[in-house]
Amino acid sequence: MMASSYNAKEEDRHQPGATGHVGSGTMTNKMPDNTAFKQQRLPAWQPILTAGTVLPAFFVIGLLFIPIGVGLFVTSNNIKEFEIDYTGVDMSSPCYSCSQSYSWNNTKSCTCSVPFSLDQPFESNVFMYYGLSNFYQNHRRYVKSRDDSQLNGDKTSLQSPSKECEPYRSSDKPIAPCGAIANSLFNDTLELYYIDPNGSRTAIPLVKKGIAWWTDKHVKFRNPSGNNNLTVVFQGTSKPVNWRKPVFELDPSDSDNNGFINEDFIVWMRTAALPTFRKLYRIIQKKPNNMTPTLPRGEYILEVTYNYPVRSFDGRKRMILSAISWMGGKNPFLGIAYITVGSVCFCLGLVLLSIHYRYGKRNSADISS
Amino acid sequence: MEEWLYWSLRHLSLGLGVMYSLERPVQGRSSCSKDRLGRKRRTVVSSLTEDEELTEILKSYSSNKVTTTKYSFLSFIPKNLFEQLHRFANIYFIFLAALNFVPVVNAFQPEISIIPILLVLAVTAVKDLWEDYRKHKSDKFINGLVCEIYSRKQQMYVDQRWQDVHVGDFVRLSCNEIIPADMLLLYSSDPHGVCYIETANLDGETNLKQRQVVRDLPRQGSELTPENFHSRIECENPNNDLSRFRGFMEYPSKARVGLHNNNLLLRSCTIRNTETVIGIVVYAGHETKAMKNNNGPRYKRSKLERRLNVDVLWSVVLLVIMCLTAAIGHGLWLRNLKDTSFLIPDTTSPALSGFYLFWTMIIVLQVLIPISLYVSIEIVKLCQIFFIQNDVDFYNEYMDSRIQCRALNITEDLGQIQYVFSDKTGTLTENKMVFRRCTIAGVEYPHEENARRLEVYEEDEAMGCSHTLKSRASAKSLSCKSLSCNRSSVSLHTLTGHSEGEESPSPTLPRHSAFSSPMEKDIVPDPFLVQKLNCLSSPLFLLRDASMELTYIVDFFMALAICNTVVVSSPNQPRHVVLASLPGMVSRTPLKSLEDIKMLFQRFGLPRFSTLSSPHTTESPRSFTQRGSWKGEGPPSEPRADELIYEAESPDEAALVHAARAYRCTLQGRSLERLLVELPGMGSLAVRLLHILPFDSSRKRMSVVVRHPLTNQVVVYTKGADSVIMDLAESPKGAEQSDGRQGHIREQTQKHLDNYAREGLRTLCIAKKVQTSTEYEIWLKRHAFAETSIENREELLLESAQRLETNLTLLGATGIVDRLQEEVPETIEALQRAGVKVWVLTGDKQETAINIACACKLLRTTDQLLTANCDSKEACKALLLELRAEVERGEAAEGTSGFTLVVDGRTLDFALQEDLKGDFLELSRRCRAVVCCRSTPLQKSHVVQLVRDQLRVMTLAIGDGANDVSMIQVADVGIGISGQEGMQAVMSSDFAISRFKHLRKLLLVHGHWCYTRLANMILYFFYKNVMYVNLLFWYQFFCGFSGSVMTNSWVLIFFNLLFTSAPPLLYGILDKDVSADTLIKLPELYKSGQNSKAYLPSTFWLTMLDALYQSLVCFFIPYFAYAGSDADMLSFGSPINASALLIILLHQVIESRTLTWLHVLVLVGSALFYFSFTLVFSVVCVTCSPPTNPLGVDKLQMSQPLFYGVCALTTVLALLPRFLFHALRNSISPSDTLKAALMDQLNPDNYCRRMQHWNQTQAQSKARGLIINVEDLDIKIPDFILPKELKECRAATGSVLS
Repeated sequence: MMASSYNAKEEDRHQPGATGHVGSGTMTNKMPDNTAFKQQRLPAWQPILTAGTVLPAFFVIGLLFIPIGVGLFVTSNNIKEFEIDYTGVDMSSPCYSCSQSYSWNNTKSCTCSVPFSLDQPFESNVFMYYGLSNFYQNHRRYVKSRDDSQLNGDKTSLQSPSKECEPYRSSDKPIAPCGAIANSLFNDTLELYYIDPNGSRTAIPLVKKGIAWWTDKHVKFRNPSGNNNLTVVFQGTSKPVNWRKPVFELDPSDSDNNGFINEDFIVWMRTAALPTFRKLYRIIQKKPNNMTPTLPRGEYILEVTYNYPVRSFDGRKRMILSAISWMGGKNPFLGIAYITVGSVCFCLGLVLLSIHYRYGKRNSADISS
Repeated sequence: MEEWLYWSLRHLSLGLGVMYSLERPVQGRSSCSKDRLGRKRRTVVSSLTEDEELTEILKSYSSNKVTTTKYSFLSFIPKNLFEQLHRFANIYFIFLAALNFVPVVNAFQPEISIIPILLVLAVTAVKDLWEDYRKHKSDKFINGLVCEIYSRKQQMYVDQRWQDVHVGDFVRLSCNEIIPADMLLLYSSDPHGVCYIETANLDGETNLKQRQVVRDLPRQGSELTPENFHSRIECENPNNDLSRFRGFMEYPSKARVGLHNNNLLLRSCTIRNTETVIGIVVYAGHETKAMKNNNGPRYKRSKLERRLNVDVLWSVVLLVIMCLTAAIGHGLWLRNLKDTSFLIPDTTSPALSGFYLFWTMIIVLQVLIPISLYVSIEIVKLCQIFFIQNDVDFYNEYMDSRIQCRALNITEDLGQIQYVFSDKTGTLTENKMVFRRCTIAGVEYPHEENARRLEVYEEDEAMGCSHTLKSRASAKSLSCKSLSCNRSSVSLHTLTGHSEGEESPSPTLPRHSAFSSPMEKDIVPDPFLVQKLNCLSSPLFLLRDASMELTYIVDFFMALAICNTVVVSSPNQPRHVVLASLPGMVSRTPLKSLEDIKMLFQRFGLPRFSTLSSPHTTESPRSFTQRGSWKGEGPPSEPRADELIYEAESPDEAALVHAARAYRCTLQGRSLERLLVELPGMGSLAVRLLHILPFDSSRKRMSVVVRHPLTNQVVVYTKGADSVIMDLAESPKGAEQSDGRQGHIREQTQKHLDNYAREGLRTLCIAKKVQTSTEYEIWLKRHAFAETSIENREELLLESAQRLETNLTLLGATGIVDRLQEEVPETIEALQRAGVKVWVLTGDKQETAINIACACKLLRTTDQLLTANCDSKEACKALLLELRAEVERGEAAEGTSGFTLVVDGRTLDFALQEDLKGDFLELSRRCRAVVCCRSTPLQKSHVVQLVRDQLRVMTLAIGDGANDVSMIQVADVGIGISGQEGMQAVMSSDFAISRFKHLRKLLLVHGHWCYTRLANMILYFFYKNVMYVNLLFWYQFFCGFSGSVMTNSWVLIFFNLLFTSAPPLLYGILDKDVSADTLIKLPELYKSGQNSKAYLPSTFWLTMLDALYQSLVCFFIPYFAYAGSDADMLSFGSPINASALLIILLHQVIESRTLTWLHVLVLVGSALFYFSFTLVFSVVCVTCSPPTNPLGVDKLQMSQPLFYGVCALTTVLALLPRFLFHALRNSISPSDTLKAALMDQLNPDNYCRRMQHWNQTQAQSKARGLIINVEDLDIKIPDFILPKELKECRAATGSVLS
């Protein structure tokens, strides 16, 4: 390479065809390689979309989607779901008084009983949800207001929670669990009673474990380690402002469901995507070796310990009983959508077919003329 | 490959740099201490001076150390950061990152928001570092080169490094060494004080340039002794004008001598053919002209990019609208809320929260501004350039050169050209000037044999050439032989009797100059003229009346031989000595032989000069007398002057010198003061050269002033354009008896000139003038004044030359033929079919220009020719209007197929004036072709500028010579042809090709591809960003406009940066809508690019609309599917993200016209990358990335059938409209491009039928008043690209049509 300090020129010499190498001993042939890649002759598939070529695709989609849609629709329709609103907006509603007299700082809890009847029995496992409406759990600042390392059992975060938790970071002592999400934990208690035709009330057993994601329960949420006694562990922290009891008393009966790994708490901490949402509350398990349905047809009473305020922002509280299929809960939308899209595709396929006959012929005439 | 990579990265940085920056970094230390002192001139004295003040001055000049690096080891990080932060796009990133650190606005964690900026900064920094390191290495190498500097201490020249060279130092250089700094030539070992340099490093020109020792320098023995040098040099301050150097040298005696450009040795040139030179450094280091000229590649903004910027602005508008919507929505939402448990208690008013939210949203939706698009475009263009450069069709075997892409960012402009402005000479023609015929003293010598030779040669040339070059490197001489053998096989041998070439293996076949090609060298003399010349040696010579015409003839050839700046070199001393990499390695073999030869000439020449009185006494064996005639004579027995190699700045000169030599009037040597000429019957004569008044474009002529060896008179020989010379040769008032004769000669010559021009020959007139000594003295005085003045010397010199060149006696004229390049007519025809208007701008005469235009099919026989020649503005105006009316009539009448306008230079002058240019444009727009003849370089650029600015069209200028430079620079795309006339055009061009025919593939194929690829990629980018960002926007309606996102922030940032970045790149690089063959065969396809079909505003908005629809589908199908369920934010976002990815990738598949295994690889790779990334992330990330911790989300989602159900439905529904749209459009009203693409898929048989059909329909539409008539159809498919079976089909086409 010639010695030269002129970069622009030097660059030119890097380019083929420049004259810098003229006469130099190392004359190379500058003929470009005649390879398929360099000459842009790579074998290629050229998908040209014409009525003729896309026809099959439309029919295939149509024929695939319609059965899928029907399947989904049927599945969804077979799922039984029962929903009852217990907010108490109406004067006639049993929870009306509770909803009126409420504030976070109430010490006395208010209870109300909501009667309802099931027309159809639930055969398999029943999932009991509570539903909230107009509750923006996805608000950006609300979502941020948590400390994942604290919830993961990190000692330092326990003592000095993340700044994101402000203003629920510390009262006089650091708050555990800190942040707005934890602070607004849903604290109604729901109980379900079956009214026998003879008038007696049978409490329905509600399983409170197994409602949270396995990963959340076992990986993401951990109590601070070091001591089995949670009271000791959480010493030096205070309870969230709106809570009535500290975190280590969420379920004193079961050490595996207490503290940060309380499943109600974990479920609440997974913030809902949309302002109207439901959260799994309890599972009513199918009775083993018994042919009787999980929830037989008949009269029921929902006993609510009414704590959670929603009236101030026009929120609603619901209790939902639902079975679950392989496609999740009851939602006819997907099935209908599949059927619609499938039929639209099929119709378009027919339209394209006619177009293909009209214009495709012309095109082939083009060729043969 | 590595080089290419380096080069491309470098360019990338440059492009980015310019794109980002408003202010380009200043490279190196360019400031000059001199400027600060505010002095207009620089004074240079010998560095050996004792004077302290002067030493101080010398010290103030910059040294020869060159630093082109930007950074030092320590300053790299701060300085690089600082520089990068100056860039506009980076500021956007930083602004976003900074916004994110404001607590009330932040959307993501701070560390995430700085990822984009970090990535960009890091990539750029690494690239800068590497680049700077390379520069540093190269600087170090150059500064460490060694040259010989005179040392006062040791009283001799000692080796010093280049960086230690200072202004005022004396540097001694040997042959083949590189000049370390700009120096004034003080001594040359050449007895005439001449030295030759090669400026290839500077401007790429490989011919030798002659430099002269400063005039009248007192000779101090054999070598200059620096101690005795006490002169003072005053010269200009450093500037970048390579062709100008002004100053004077003041001797201790106070005498002043003017300094010229030809006294200056420029840094980085190479000394050639001269054993030793000594010079004094006047400019060093960064102040040298070479360094001042060192600016990087050109940066032009392409039309597409301008269009793109508009749409980027639209994106900004869209962004602001979206953010405003969100801000207002948030404010209203907050106001309607009362006490809530999910709101963090806050005292900020809803309005203020809305304001904060505006900025949050800007962070969230930042991707909408496609910053990565700019980077992608740069990368794509680099790859496009790579492909263009590697196109084997642009390879020129003869010159072993490929296409050079010098501007790297306007590839897509090649696909949008509407007007092509072409130079004629060297562009359409080969610029291999061959003497064809001449007229002397009013008598025409047709040179019939010569014409025949040229015809025969034509067919044979290609074969010979290719032959030569294949083995050039290894066996030059052998290949030369084969070339000459080829020539003689055409039986030239018997015709000429000149077969010296055959047994003289000339080792120097300069690659770029055609001067040595036998076609130009071997001119067959006209027998009649030879006969006349023979009289010269016959006793009749003394008869007076016979000699009158003979004097003309001798003078004519004398003028041909000496009126030029041709450099003569001898084959024994190869000019192109091995170009070694460093002076240390240069073979310092002294050029003894050359010097010897010159001395030999001196010894032979000078004594003869003294005994000139009796030229007949010469006993030279080669004497004309003894030979009688050279017909049938065997080859001379000894190697002799015939093997001299002539190198001229313009090929015409060489052609004329060769022509003169054919008549035994041989230029044998040249020095500063003498020319050695061999005349028939007189042997070698030394002619004293008094002055050369070089050629310039305003005078259009050049002259030499010599003392005639025979008469001892001062004679001026002038050679120039016929128009000028004919005017100057106006009969002088006092010429009585010769007047009649002169008048006759002028008349006859004019007639012959017109004939020549009609034949398409280039004409030059030769004239002379005898000066009396008193006249000469007077002129000389004023000329000397002009030469030594520093200010406005050019004007003074011009004036002085004009004073001399008057009252000329016309001797005769020459006709030089310049053949058309191969495939020029085909190329022009293809361009015209492609809807490109071709203009030819030439300095030639009208007749010549029209002739060439006919030859290259620019002008058809059916065309109506409109000529515009007028003398005044008023006439011009009237003419323009008249012609326009005529065109309108013609258009209405429908008979003629088109109009061609021919304008001459003078009319063009008028037409370009403010008030007439509208009319001119209106007229020329309706013409199919325009030929501007007799136009100056300035006019050329004016025409281009006018058309470009007024008609707002894309222009391309193509040319090969220095006179095309301004036009090339003005046009949107400038193309240089690397040909015979040096490299100026190439250096100023955007693309440099070697033949005109390459233009066809460059525009029709690469231009089309580059444009459609880039346009589609840009649209895709916009689509991609809008589609993705809108998903986030729709979510705002369901989260209280709070700026929440339903995706993990890492995934969000990486979505554009990693997951979906590679496929569009590949799409922009490799997509191919129509095959190259079809594009060439159907030039009409080019029109889609011309009309910007691929990227219209409507296409942009349609794409936006589609993106909007797709995002709606992509958001709301999951929304309804998950509405009311227990899905959390990330679980909701997961199917949205996944289907967005699928939609975006599949959208590209729909849009792609070709899919190769690379596409499949990248598309599948991107999808896999996304899914594996999210999966792995959802398993490993336990507490990371708050608040959007993805732990378990995607793992869980991807195990649920609902996820796939949603994704499938979303993807299908989102892509359905576009899919359908494409299918319907392609079936119902397919575009030309698509029809062509469909044709590509047919088998050869059908393909051929289809092609035929296409051409028929095209022809039919044309018959209805458009461009091409049916007869031309069969020529449209050029042979070279046709596979065999298609050739038959072409024949069929012909028969169908007939």
